[in-house]
This record gives sequence, structure tokens and C-alpha cells, in this order.
Amino acid sequence: MSRIVVITSGKGGVGKTTTAASLAAGLARAGHRTAVVDFDVGLRNLDLVMGCERRVVFDFVNVINGDARLNQALIKDKRLSNLSILPASQTRDKDALTPDGVERVLDELRADFDYVICDSPAGIERGAHLASYHADDAIVVTNPEVSSVRDSDRVLGLLASRTRRAEQGDDPVREHLLLTRYDPQRVKKGDMLSVEDVQEILAINLLGVIPESQSVLNASNAGIPVVLEDGEDAGQAYNDAIARYLGEDRPHRFLQAERRGLFGRMFGG
Amino acid sequence: MASRPPDASSSEAFELKGRMATLTVVRVLTTDVDALIRQLTEKLEEAPRLLRGAPMILDLDGVDGGALDLQRLAGEMRALGAAPVAVRGNGVEPGRLASAGLGVLPAEEEREANGQSAGRAARREAAPASPGPAAAASRVIDSPVRSGQQIYARGGSLVVLGPVGPGAEVLADGDVHIYGALRGRALAGVQGNAGASIFCLGLEAELVSVAGEYQVSERFAAELIGRPARVHLDEQAGLRIEAFGKS
Repeated sequence: MSRIVVITSGKGGVGKTTTAASLAAGLARAGHRTAVVDFDVGLRNLDLVMGCERRVVFDFVNVINGDARLNQALIKDKRLSNLSILPASQTRDKDALTPDGVERVLDELRADFDYVICDSPAGIERGAHLASYHADDAIVVTNPEVSSVRDSDRVLGLLASRTRRAEQGDDPVREHLLLTRYDPQRVKKGDMLSVEDVQEILAINLLGVIPESQSVLNASNAGIPVVLEDGEDAGQAYNDAIARYLGEDRPHRFLQAERRGLFGRMFGG
Repeated sequence: MASRPPDASSSEAFELKGRMATLTVVRVLTTDVDALIRQLTEKLEEAPRLLRGAPMILDLDGVDGGALDLQRLAGEMRALGAAPVAVRGNGVEPGRLASAGLGVLPAEEEREANGQSAGRAARREAAPASPGPAAAASRVIDSPVRSGQQIYARGGSLVVLGPVGPGAEVLADGDVHIYGALRGRALAGVQGNAGASIFCLGLEAELVSVAGEYQVSERFAAELIGRPARVHLDEQAGLRIEAFGKS
């Protein structure tokens, strides 16, 4: 049974697209047929992060409008054979997405793939609503700061009330928290909320904590999903999160500041 | 028990049940429909979410029901988004009620807030043993209340089994119980019940209010923040916030 997973947050710039790319690549590497769909029509980015921007011919809106078949628009990843990308249109806006069109495309993807990852745009309007509407699972990407946490709380409320599962009275959307750009040093200084603070406020299952890392930006610029960078802490953290999503029990890492000097003595043992 | 018709093999289309329900009572104090509508419009603007669509009873005890243009009043109220369902009181003929689309409630059946007349109470006691007025049911929410959500327990208390997020709003005509942290707004006794309280396991609210008396978080005492707390109205001191339990 295939699952539709939405990557959402409310707030922009917290790491939705990075997460969508890494989750898709990680699931594909684990042997699952995976498609990742860019819902950010007009501000398309996913193709850049996936490194396929020069191979985009048709896009999501073309498929919805019937200008192209789904298979013509899907781009096969060059690294992972069972990973496909459906890019957004850059020349249109979110109004080009119709509820019927989105449903048709997702149904078609469901038939061919084990996981369909929907990269939601920021906000809570049409684009974000349509990206979340058909979701079975939601990964709520949150930064450890108050405005991001509040927006995530709002998004969780919408997931519980305005999705297909909520409207039809099915089992609710399974919600997961992914905390990104986590900097234990700044948490310790009190500049950032801690994992415990965020979890306490949002009260949902913690899928993983991705440390703030230069490697994320480097990987994005190079068009490589950071999960494929096995030598980097952020890549390992994404790998852990994906393993947990697939049901594996792994301890959380990268939560403590590296011990140096004074800190080492204060927190020794 | 009524005997069933012989062919009642299929499932029944409905059941008739007597239920206690809390309705908003509009005590009509004038027969001037224009004045009534004007003031109702103002009230609805003040609290549109609470009153729009709310079933209402028109209490005509205070006026001469025969002199009131019921059909027009009911029509105008519906145009405003209110839902008049019945009339309580004297002097209205059934025909006029029917044309206004309203039912009728005998005046003495409604429970008076302060048990006005002894005769009335005696009559109720003498009546055949019918179940007393049931306490209004609590509304129980078994998931966190998220930012942007508004939950209102009309006519009773609200129980939330989880936290109330920042930017969320929980309201009740009775008490508000939150088995978790209160980070949004909580309003108890919103129809004016000054005996209502708010209880929460962690006070981090943006605003608390009982029967219209409110306080914003800026004015909370620092030692109360994050503690289990009760918010209630004190006759002398106004709104009081007190910690409870140990810690």
C-alpha cells in the first residue's frame, strides 16, 4: 500500500525542500519506489536541490492541464534508479493547481510508487492546502525558535481538520516532527529552544533532529540531497530519521554540544 | 410501549427522545421590533461566533405578546443569522406562531435561575416524577488544541486532554479544564457565569477571562508562570489567578 507523505511547516526557509529531497533519496536508496513532487508552483526549487534542473521539460501544471502525460514530466534520478522527480512550474502560480487535477496526478503516482513525497510551499493557503490534502503521513519541519514552532502548531491543527482523512473520518494523518538547523551550542546558551521545549509544545512524535551544518548548504548548491553525504553529520541525521520513519528504533544523535574546554569540565562524566 | 406495525422489519427511520438542551433565551422587553433588531444586530457584531446560528428562545413574559409582530421579528432575526426556534410566554395564538415558524414552550417548564415563585416550585414537585434537569454535558477534546483553532463548549464546560497552543482559543459557558499547558487564550463563563473557573496544569496563557473580566499575560505574577493554576472571579478582588498543587 503506497503512502503519500507531505513535508510541511507553515513557515518558509526552515528546510522543507532539503527534507523532501533527502527523504525521497533515502527511501529510494532503501529500495522503495519513490516519487517527489514539487508543489511550490512559481517558486520551484526542488529540481535544483535534486540536481536535475537542466532536464526539466514538462512540469506538474502541464500534467494537470493535460499538456503532457505523467511519464513525460517525471524525471528519473541519475543516482538512484527507483527515484523520480515531478518538478513544479516556474512560470505559473498556485492557482494553476486544481483539486481535481492534484487528486488525479496523485492517484496515478500512487499506482506506480511506494512513497509519494509532496514538498509543500510555505504558508497555509491554496498550494499548501492541496499539498497536504491527500497526505497519509506528515513531516512537520520546524526550527528551534518560537515563530517556527507556532506556525507548526497551526499547521498541525489544519492537518487534523482540513485533510481528506479528517473530512472523511478516516484514521488521522500520522504526524512526525523533524527539528532542523539545531545548534546545541546556542541551545545551551539559551538562544534557541531545546528539543524538549519544542516537543513539549507540539506534542507529536519526534522523527529526528538535524544539526545546523554547512554541509546542508554545500549539498544544496551541488544539487545532491544531503542524505547521500554519508560523511556529514546532517546526512547521518537524515539517515537516522528515515530509518525511524521506516520503523527502525535508533537513538537520537547530535543533541549535545561538542565538549570543549570549560563545557567539557562542566558536563564531564 | 407502542405496538410496532407488523411490517416494521427494516430499521426505524427515527427515534423520539426528550433531551435537556441549553438555549439562549432572548427576554423581549419591548414590542418595538425596530429597536429589538437594532440592538440584536449590535450584539451579534460584538460576538458573531457565539451567537450566529445559535438556537434562541423568545421569552415574552415581560411584554404583551399579542402586540408584538412575531412574524417580522423572527424573519429579521433569521436574516441576521440567529435561529429563533420557539416562544415562551403568554398571549400568543398558535396560528401566529405557526406563520412565524416558531414552536411554543409553556412558561413554567423552563427552570428559573433563582426559583422565583414558591408556587411554581411546589407545582414542579407535585408533577409526576420526571428526571430533574440534567447538568449540561461537558465537551471533551482529546487532542492538543492547535494555534488558530477555536473551540467553544456552548452551555457547559470544556475539557481539553492536552495542551492549548499559542494563538489557540478555548471558550466555555461553564468551566475550562486543561490537562496540559495553556499557552493560548482561555475564556470561561462567556455568557456571564461569574462562578466559572479556568484550570490548567501549566499557566503560560496569552489571556485568561472569566465572565468578561480578563487579564493578559503581561500582568501575570512571575511566580505563577508555568505552574498549575486556577483562574476565577472574586467578588472583591476581581479576576484572581492562584497556583494549586505542590511544586
